[in-house]
Amino acid sequence: MAANEELSFHFDVDGNDFTSAGEASVKVKKLMRQLGFSPELTRRVAIAMYEGEINMVIHANGGTADMYVDEDMVRIVLADHGPGIKDIAAAMQEGFSTAPDNIRALGFGAGMGLPNMKNYSDEMNIDSTVGVGTTIELKFKVG
Amino acid sequence: MEVSRVAEILEAQVLTCSDFLDGEVCSACGSDMMSDVLAFVKHQGLLLTGLMNPQVIRTAMMMDMECIVFVRGKVPSEEMQLFAENSGIVMMTTKYSMFEACGRLYEAGLGR
Repeated sequence: MAANEELSFHFDVDGNDFTSAGEASVKVKKLMRQLGFSPELTRRVAIAMYEGEINMVIHANGGTADMYVDEDMVRIVLADHGPGIKDIAAAMQEGFSTAPDNIRALGFGAGMGLPNMKNYSDEMNIDSTVGVGTTIELKFKVG
Repeated sequence: MEVSRVAEILEAQVLTCSDFLDGEVCSACGSDMMSDVLAFVKHQGLLLTGLMNPQVIRTAMMMDMECIVFVRGKVPSEEMQLFAENSGIVMMTTKYSMFEACGRLYEAGLGR
């Protein structure tokens, strides 16, 4: 990759189909392998993004995921037009969840999504407005 | 431990990717909560679960896990089997419960 050259990739996350949630993260994982990133970084990016995708499907009827890559940083931006997060500090606590029981029956909604995204990334920024939507930026340092 | 040995210990039926039975796993995770798998798994290559939906396979892919064991004799749909086959993940089903399957593998030295 040439210096300062930024690559970008766009993915739509379908909110109507829980089965397909995570498809974009699988694509990102493949892309990062092809671009030669380390398995450890690739894994961290894919897991954090997968949690974000699941959240968008559970809470926000889908959204978009954009990936920006340069030689120093991998940046993932997840954006939705869902209900927004009322209390971000509460949502960041492990175990806090507003997911319905049918989602728990599918193996998610344990209140680990946002904490996981924070733990696996180097920086996480949440911009959320109730009734408007949520945008989450995840940054991962390369190397 | 070789994946083939896991199948032997659990008397399991291998459903997908039988070419990959010579793969090695050094530890395992037993959970029906994929959120917890995503939070706590480090280098466990084997997932034991009673949960039955395609997100189990996607979770395993994210965590670089090689093998999924379905407990209590559960058999995934053909669609799920095809998904795992195409993703290079060994899937098997065992008659044992989660508790007994984990116990048998631990007793045999997995994760110790």
